[in-house]
Amino acid sequence: MAAPMLRGVSPVRRWSLAWVDGGSRHRRTSPNGSTSNRIREQSSVAQQPLHTAQKPRKGGHKWAAVVGLEIHAQISSNSKLFSGSQVSFTAPPNSLVSFFDASLPGTLPVLNRRCVEAAVMTGLALNCRINKKSLFDRKHYFYADLPAGYQITQQRLPIAANGSLSYGVFVGNRWSHMATKTVRIKQIQLEQDSGKSLHDDLRSQTLIDLNRAGVGLLEVVMEPDLSCGEEAAAVVKELQLILQALGTSQANMAEGQLRVDANISVHHPGEPLGIRTEVKNLNSIRFLARAIDHEIQRQINELESGGEILNETRSFDPKLGCTVPMRDKEGKQDYRFMPEPNLPPLVLYDTASLPAGADSQQVINIDQIRDALPELPSATRKRLVQQYGMLPEHSFALLNEAGLLQFFQNVMKETRAEPKKVTSWVLNTLLGYLKHHNLAVSESPITPSALAGLLDLLDSKAISSSAAKQVFEELWKGEAKTAAQIVSEKQLELMQDQEALERLCQSMMEGHPQVVTVAGGAGPSHLSS
Amino acid sequence: MLGRTLREVSVALKQGQITPTELCRKCLSRIQRTKFLNAYITVSEEVALKQAEESEKRYKNGRSLGDLDGIPVAVKDNFSTSGIETTCASNMLKGYIPPFNATVVQKLLDQGALLLGKTNLDEFAMGSGSTDGAFGPVKNPWSFSKQYREQKREQRRPKLHREREGTDWLIAGGSSGGSAAAVSALTCFAALGSDTGGSTRNPAAHCGLVGFKPSYGLVSRHGLIPLVNSMDVPGILTRCVDDTAIVLGVLAGHDPKDSTTVQDPVKPFTLPSLTDVSKLCIGIPKEYLVPELSSEIRSLWSKAADLFESAGAKVIEVSLPHTSYSIVCYHVLCTSEVASNMARFDGLEYGHRCDVSVSTEAMYAATRREGFNDVVRGRILSGNFFLLKENYENYFIKAQKVRRLIANDFVNVFNSGVDILLTPTTLSEAVPFLEFIKEDNRTRSAQDDIFTQAVNMAGLPAVSVPAALSAQGLPVGLQFIGRAFCDQKLLTVARWFEQQVQFPVLQLQGLMDDCSSAFENEKLASVSLKQ
Repeated sequence: MAAPMLRGVSPVRRWSLAWVDGGSRHRRTSPNGSTSNRIREQSSVAQQPLHTAQKPRKGGHKWAAVVGLEIHAQISSNSKLFSGSQVSFTAPPNSLVSFFDASLPGTLPVLNRRCVEAAVMTGLALNCRINKKSLFDRKHYFYADLPAGYQITQQRLPIAANGSLSYGVFVGNRWSHMATKTVRIKQIQLEQDSGKSLHDDLRSQTLIDLNRAGVGLLEVVMEPDLSCGEEAAAVVKELQLILQALGTSQANMAEGQLRVDANISVHHPGEPLGIRTEVKNLNSIRFLARAIDHEIQRQINELESGGEILNETRSFDPKLGCTVPMRDKEGKQDYRFMPEPNLPPLVLYDTASLPAGADSQQVINIDQIRDALPELPSATRKRLVQQYGMLPEHSFALLNEAGLLQFFQNVMKETRAEPKKVTSWVLNTLLGYLKHHNLAVSESPITPSALAGLLDLLDSKAISSSAAKQVFEELWKGEAKTAAQIVSEKQLELMQDQEALERLCQSMMEGHPQVVTVAGGAGPSHLSS
Repeated sequence: MLGRTLREVSVALKQGQITPTELCRKCLSRIQRTKFLNAYITVSEEVALKQAEESEKRYKNGRSLGDLDGIPVAVKDNFSTSGIETTCASNMLKGYIPPFNATVVQKLLDQGALLLGKTNLDEFAMGSGSTDGAFGPVKNPWSFSKQYREQKREQRRPKLHREREGTDWLIAGGSSGGSAAAVSALTCFAALGSDTGGSTRNPAAHCGLVGFKPSYGLVSRHGLIPLVNSMDVPGILTRCVDDTAIVLGVLAGHDPKDSTTVQDPVKPFTLPSLTDVSKLCIGIPKEYLVPELSSEIRSLWSKAADLFESAGAKVIEVSLPHTSYSIVCYHVLCTSEVASNMARFDGLEYGHRCDVSVSTEAMYAATRREGFNDVVRGRILSGNFFLLKENYENYFIKAQKVRRLIANDFVNVFNSGVDILLTPTTLSEAVPFLEFIKEDNRTRSAQDDIFTQAVNMAGLPAVSVPAALSAQGLPVGLQFIGRAFCDQKLLTVARWFEQQVQFPVLQLQGLMDDCSSAFENEKLASVSLKQ
């Protein structure tokens, strides 16, 4: 048998992962207390070397990985999916719980229009077919943070299906080699979030917080079209950007607004798919990529050494950098799905099917939502490339960091400098400083105007590039000085007076006759030394 | 005063013949004197008197809220009542005090009705006798009526001594038996029941009342603790059809809290007086003529048909071919929804919680074992079985298809020109408790729901109207079934029938002392047992 094709540290691929992950600031992924073990958030740890599965080279190795994602995005809405309770991440425990959320007997679900609109928007943005009729189902399981004993979801007929999501991945070791790939979206369903359980093992008790119980979720189910952690990371990043652009979810993974489960299997190409495992507990894009790659490698190792893969749920332990089996809840669950009898079918309309005289508060028009969709990240990137002649990879980089595009555009508004120059300063210098200091764009000590001022000075050749770097460092101190003030204080201007320059040169030459003689014989190149 | 209909007493209130407080006190004392019926689980005396006081102020100021202002009513104990214990006659909910009112309760209160208390039922409304609740069985007031006792003395003189022991009483029917007994024993003027398979119509028939099941979607279920969400409707129990129409007029209409209520504005439910039935077509479903039907009810049914015919109506035999599958189909759908609906009772948020704290799972199991009776647990088990992935297609999906066929049977009949169906409500008149409990709950429910339960599958309005007293001196009800959302027409026809038959009033007044002494004897018996 050939050796597994996966290797240890692969610097070739490593940068691209780090790049994709640029959007999430791990400084912020602090533990946030009470969460259930299904969706527990964990603190970040120091970056560890990446283990990445490589795709088979031509005629080479024989294992292929198959990865499918199920993503839960918390809908950004004022109230919950079926009740009027407010939605907020930071509220005191059990302060946002309606009678329905606590499953008091006799309470009934009332569908939140905003959540339906969010689902339609997301479906349209992901090129889905929007089902004009969709149904709700009950999915039963006993868990302390599921008060009704069932979750209302859309198992039989979801609100959107058959979509696709295009994403960019880097090929080879250069930024400029960018490939667009597509993952198919199987369906998008509306469903309720659960509450949170906090297990206190010391006192052997479980505390329940129902603030999250009943919050609207979009479950995006993807086809298993991916083959490695890097692709999965790129897909999740792109979905995150789309949701944020739509405003349908804040999609902050650290706050659990975006939760990813990955189904992973390996097989020999041409043979049936292998047995899959489900990896949960993925609360950052970085961990997602690492978990998937680790799991692929684990499965290959297992099979290579004659073992077998169990159909099980595993969680990623970022400290150990590997996946571990989750405490199994008594084996296979039978969710005993049943139609939700308290909700009539959800009927949507388009302009053609809209009944005459329909109350606009009571109906949802898909066409109207389509017309009002904001610019999506792919279109934004295309626009950046066209408008500013930007390289595609730069357009990706601008979008991937929250707030960076806005920063860039604000600089562009105020500066005469070339877009290329601005792009370079924003992506290389500013972003570099931000990363080095672990800051978000919104926390940048340098405002867009300040940077614009600096770039104007550079553009008008008032200062040199090296002086500009110096000015940038001064600006970074955040002492509320403009670039021009710094330049004049530090006397960093380039000399513009022709006569003065000539005089300076003349006196210099007169002071160093020997050097002048040598230089005169050897040509201009020596001048620079 | 207590024997009057709701409309009559409403007039008396308006004319100042009696004040709401006087009326309320009369009813409360009546409840005390008929306590042995076990009709009420909770009597909300203070609340009712306070409401009466407010009603009285309104009358004094000439600002009465309408026909229901100051009218004492009772509500089945599976409707949530803010601040008043709501138990579903289950240990699981003993001590549970809802923080909100069911929409129907709120609507009654908004009209000035006085809430006297919460009435007894089978645990979680699962039953047809009101014998299977955590608070004991409901006794049918007719057990103690002059009419029944006189007949019995003549028929069964040798067994008289048994009666003296106080065990020879009749079941009230169910599961809304407490509500039926409360109205029948003249402790209130109207009561809310719930109807999933006949739970309002069945006890109405046994207690000589009008029992109405509205069209599904006409009246809000918000706050009604569910049995089968897709079939449950709040029911109305009154002494006459007119009173039902008054109450329905208050309850009907869209509720933003119940997405299954219809959006269309509801027309008022005042019933036009029907003098000419010659344009009416009455259907007699042949499948309802079953061998188990008592010959007496059968003959009353046919007399009723004759009554319509002789008044000029067209009476035809019709077929509802899928009727015989109804009971088994109901069993699958009902238990499946029950399994789902009961999942929330885990002892965490409200209700009973056991002392077991080994693990969450052990706590769930013990809580549910202690909280639910055998009937409820049995249905949960069956329902979960039907919902298992491997069984779902074979049971649940099939049952849903059969349900559609049953509903279509009705549609076909109505589309063929039939206006109203006329059927029996029950197989026989009320049976003695001791006889009733010889069969288990499931068998009983299957038998007793036979005429009532297909209607719930189809979401149609239906009403049981007292037709006559049987040879035993017990009430017999007949059922009218209408087209969906033709509730008004249904009640109009029912009222015409009611006017023709002139059903006698329960004669309990003169026997109250007897009853009380029977009750005393019972108490003595139980005391001596303990010793």
